[in-house]
Amino acid sequence: MIKSMVASALIAGCAVGLLAALLHFAFVQDYILLGEEFESGARVHFENAAPATPEGAGHAHATPDAAAAPHDHGSAAAHDHGSEAEPGAVQRNALTVLFAVLIYTAYALLLAAGFGLAESFGATITARDGLLWGIGGFVTFQLAPAMGLAPELPGTIAAELGARQLWWWLTVGCTGSGLALLAYGRHWALFGLAGALLALPHVIGAPHPDQFWGVAPPEVAGAFSARVLGTALVVWALLGWVAATVWHREIRST
Amino acid sequence: MTAKTATKSSSAVMAAVFVAALGGALLFVAGHAQSAALHDAAHDVRHATGFPCH
Repeated sequence: MIKSMVASALIAGCAVGLLAALLHFAFVQDYILLGEEFESGARVHFENAAPATPEGAGHAHATPDAAAAPHDHGSAAAHDHGSEAEPGAVQRNALTVLFAVLIYTAYALLLAAGFGLAESFGATITARDGLLWGIGGFVTFQLAPAMGLAPELPGTIAAELGARQLWWWLTVGCTGSGLALLAYGRHWALFGLAGALLALPHVIGAPHPDQFWGVAPPEVAGAFSARVLGTALVVWALLGWVAATVWHREIRST
Repeated sequence: MTAKTATKSSSAVMAAVFVAALGGALLFVAGHAQSAALHDAAHDVRHATGFPCH
């Protein structure tokens, strides 16, 4: 049982994590770099990075281009950053690929555990169920937390980290169990409980700072958030589908 | 038969709990742990997956 779960999670996590990285470079990375150019004391997370230059400000004005032709701009920017005086970019992007695979493998493990749990209660997980589970995972891990804590563009301001992480985990736990009760509950009281669980994190409310003084433009932050959620929906739907397909085969062959 | 089914089901639940713990731990380390090296390495993905980051 454990072997089936881990196998399906590894296969789905690796395959879908690579796709997540591809979509990240195509749609999201430019906005992170743009946000960092606005962030005061630019790129403090990466000590070797070049300081902000007037060229950087010029790049900022290129936002409409980025929006109009994300593919061209994406590949051009990636090449520029790779070949120019920033040797850290290759390593940075390689780490992005690695961590995309790690995080989607973690999600796939949680999905596989859910599949196993559901089947031990008599449900059957087909590929189509997996697609729904994937969309549920997107709502649980991306959309519901984003309702309170929008995906953060570098150069924007948020509340104290510990409080945000606590609210994130609370939201994920409540939303995941609420959706599972909605989907598999067999009693009206469970639907009521599901509704309460789904609402609870938003009734409590996410931690926010007293004032906002982010230096990144809200236009960039808004586009960044939308792109994060859009790409995540695609990746999660595919993750659920692939994980369930592999799971179905694994469990039949044992 | 019933006892056997119950055993099978409870071992499946244990397996699910174990795998979920594994996934949760990996998610915490890759997405939320605040060691400087981990944070820098995972930086772009953390921003792009909506995790609370620095």
